[in-house]
Amino acid sequence: MIRARGIEKRYGRRKVLAGVDLAVREGGFALITGPNGSGKTTLLRILAGLVTPTRGVCTLGVDRARVGYLGHEPLVYRELTAVENLDLYGRLYRVPERRERIGMLLERFDLWEARNELVSTYSRGMVQRLAICRTLLHDPDVLVLDEPHAALDGAGAALLERELAVLAGARTLVVATHEPERLERLATGRLALG
Amino acid sequence: MTYLADVSALTRKDLKVELRARDTLPAMLLFVLSTLVVFHFALPADSSKAAAYGLLWIAIVFTALLGLSRAWVPEQEHCVLDGLVLAPCDRSAIWLGKTLATLAFLLAAQAVALPAFALFFTSLDPTALAGVLLADIGICAVGSLMAAVAAAGRSREVLLPLLLLPLTIPLVVGGVGSAISPDGERFLLFLALYDGVFAVLSWASFEYVVTE
Repeated sequence: MIRARGIEKRYGRRKVLAGVDLAVREGGFALITGPNGSGKTTLLRILAGLVTPTRGVCTLGVDRARVGYLGHEPLVYRELTAVENLDLYGRLYRVPERRERIGMLLERFDLWEARNELVSTYSRGMVQRLAICRTLLHDPDVLVLDEPHAALDGAGAALLERELAVLAGARTLVVATHEPERLERLATGRLALG
Repeated sequence: MTYLADVSALTRKDLKVELRARDTLPAMLLFVLSTLVVFHFALPADSSKAAAYGLLWIAIVFTALLGLSRAWVPEQEHCVLDGLVLAPCDRSAIWLGKTLATLAFLLAAQAVALPAFALFFTSLDPTALAGVLLADIGICAVGSLMAAVAAAGRSREVLLPLLLLPLTIPLVVGGVGSAISPDGERFLLFLALYDGVFAVLSWASFEYVVTE
């Protein structure tokens, strides 16, 4: 489903990615690993469609409406509540039975009690859990996750891993991580950068 | 209908964020009022109507600039613009939502500023008021696009005036002309034409501004 060939990305003179190839079949789970600055985030942003590669071709095989992207930043408004943020994305993604889906995700990621509080009052871990809810809101076919464990405590990480275990096989996943040992049992392939 | 629903959701979100953060509108109100007060004392008592209208337009343009410089700040925090760009809605809806929200802030500032202008200087006739409204639409339409361009760079505060002020010159000419010319309707027509052309250009080019 995901096919990236000869991906190269330059920012000015700096080459961030050089000739990266990646193929992930439908239902596959690819782990992207590598040290800081190896281009993991750039590759994931290219896969999500946020960045255009300088060279190479990248196809996802699905419409952008069916892609869920979790980046370093949570992509939510600080001055809105969790429900308001998810409701906005739900409208833009045309999520059917939006309110039920939002309620279910907030409960699953233990944010139901704080659902009507402004995101600016959340801890970093709560914001990350909300970002995961945003990523899963439209039930995407392809998930592109950049350091999904970032800022999560033990309970949050366990919730995430349980969710990923459910999604593995049913959805196509590409996950960049510094802790590959946490997800190795789910992975069907691995790409080491740098 | 889906497009309008997206625009409506994005505009309401901007209004809600501003009502809570109160970052933009109070600054715009304070700026436009203090500018008019300063001009009131700076301008000689026997100054012409044309001079007063000129000062009003300076106040309007810089008040709009103040609002526009903060227009994309909520999207820059937590990189929300990436999330909006990834959504399957038409990307021009993001621009239109921002334009309408900025227009609402500018109109709110003018709801206070225009009576103050009438109190300190002279009242505005219906043609001059129509000129202000049409110019507001033009400033917000092209300003939202330029603010997005500036926000993508590192020096937003410097870049926005450099990009926007040259584009507002026709609006100031049209606005002042509609207020002082005996043939004010012609200037209104000019402003409407400017609004139409630049709104379409901004609407069509926004996608290229927010995608690499």
